[in-house]
Amino acid sequence: MPFLLLKFGLNKDYPFEQIADLPGPTDLKSHYDVVIIGGGGHGVATAYYLAKYHGITNIAVLEKAYLGGGNTARNTAVIRSNYLTSAGVRFYTESVKLYERLSNEFDFNIMYSQRGQLTLAHTDATVRAFRQRAEVNKHFGGRTELIDRQAVGELVPSLNLDPTGAPILAGLWHLDGATARHDAVAWGYAKGATQRGVDLHQLTEVTGVDIEAGRVTGVQTNRGKVSCGCVVQAVSGLSADVSKMAGFPLPIVAYPLQAMVTQPVKPFLDPHVSSSALHCYVHQTSRGEIVIGGGSDPYPLYGTRSTLELKEGLIASAVEMFPFMSQMRLMRQWAGITDMTSDYSPIMGLSPVENYYLDAGWGTWGFKATPICGVTLAELVASGGKVPDLIAPFSLDRFDAFRQVNETGATAASH
Amino acid sequence: MKILTCPLNGPRNIAEFTYGGQVKPMPNPTEATDQEWAHYVFYGDNHIGVVREWWMHTPSSYWFIVERHNQTDEVIRTYDPAELFDAGAAPATEPVAADT
Repeated sequence: MPFLLLKFGLNKDYPFEQIADLPGPTDLKSHYDVVIIGGGGHGVATAYYLAKYHGITNIAVLEKAYLGGGNTARNTAVIRSNYLTSAGVRFYTESVKLYERLSNEFDFNIMYSQRGQLTLAHTDATVRAFRQRAEVNKHFGGRTELIDRQAVGELVPSLNLDPTGAPILAGLWHLDGATARHDAVAWGYAKGATQRGVDLHQLTEVTGVDIEAGRVTGVQTNRGKVSCGCVVQAVSGLSADVSKMAGFPLPIVAYPLQAMVTQPVKPFLDPHVSSSALHCYVHQTSRGEIVIGGGSDPYPLYGTRSTLELKEGLIASAVEMFPFMSQMRLMRQWAGITDMTSDYSPIMGLSPVENYYLDAGWGTWGFKATPICGVTLAELVASGGKVPDLIAPFSLDRFDAFRQVNETGATAASH
Repeated sequence: MKILTCPLNGPRNIAEFTYGGQVKPMPNPTEATDQEWAHYVFYGDNHIGVVREWWMHTPSSYWFIVERHNQTDEVIRTYDPAELFDAGAAPATEPVAADT
């Protein structure tokens, strides 16, 4: 080793060929078969699966800032499938299965860690709802069971079983609950996509959408005009704003979602712990920090500012669950803009504009759906607009038909 | 702490208030088609700038109107709904701010 080190030290050039994960910036081509608006997890995953499974590589991913810098970077990296509705559970279960093998597929470590998610029930009504969620989840191949108060205590010894006014009665134990490095998910997909010939254009903002006879023909950007065969819109928080450029509204309201992490401490908490009554969820990262999150803000805003009120509420709940945390210091806090729909389900598939496909309404549940969104959107685009069964319940026209999905299996949100 | 000025109770902590959605004209429920009604219930105008909203001071159950910039969170004006609705059914003019 010392000899090798000396040799490297005396060498003028780096002795190994350096391969960048992502290629450098290139010029915009005048035409792409597929333009994807939004270089977050969903956008690059769609490009990746289009290139990998469908042989479509003349794709531009247009990102106004940088790769994975929006809600992909602002979520709390929770992966789970223990929702309530059949449509939701079926969809997220597939996503969990894809996540499990993603590191191998990329040959790039996304630090996937399946440590389980425990949701706490503080009332009889919640216990009944959990029983239903456990059965729906098992039916679609997820691993979820209802456990009693004693088992909750054994699973998480540091948990206070009697928070003020809300003693814990039972827990929904979801073995498939996991976490992953959110940036690595975006990087892994982007690397795989660009290696297959996809163009990732960062700092490229879409400023207009060209439509002729009800059909999208191209987009205008701050770097010029691009013609295209079809467009996929995957822009999370600004979904309703971008869709207006294509000339139609979306039933979406943008709310900030705030989260924070504490200073790092020794490992004490293996599973994710979440309480719908306390509107708070807590998990410890592999670095030892404790992530604290909850529901969206109480009123809409297109901004990522933070508020003291929400932080106070979240911290009070976290300290009820883990009293020793009152000694800890907060290290960072942030917010993202979530695109909420009234039935807590996404809007995926066709839009009123021909060849303009939607991936919107991702509210507070977008990160966990990243792989399955990529797979299903790629199928949708490659087939020229044939909606895959898995996303059919999430169509935009469900609102006009009063056929909402009514997904209420949120982790700690106020619904 | 963010302060919101209630037209009835004066300046109060924003935690005392409940957001009640955008002010938008309601179609006639007996005549509207399903699609018109769905549009009224589920869609807003998603305009970034100053918006006109319903808010309630929760302890006193008093509903009023707030004109707020939905990107900077700056409250432009708060007033009693009578100002909008006494004159006629639907608000005639859109809110304006110095810089939107």
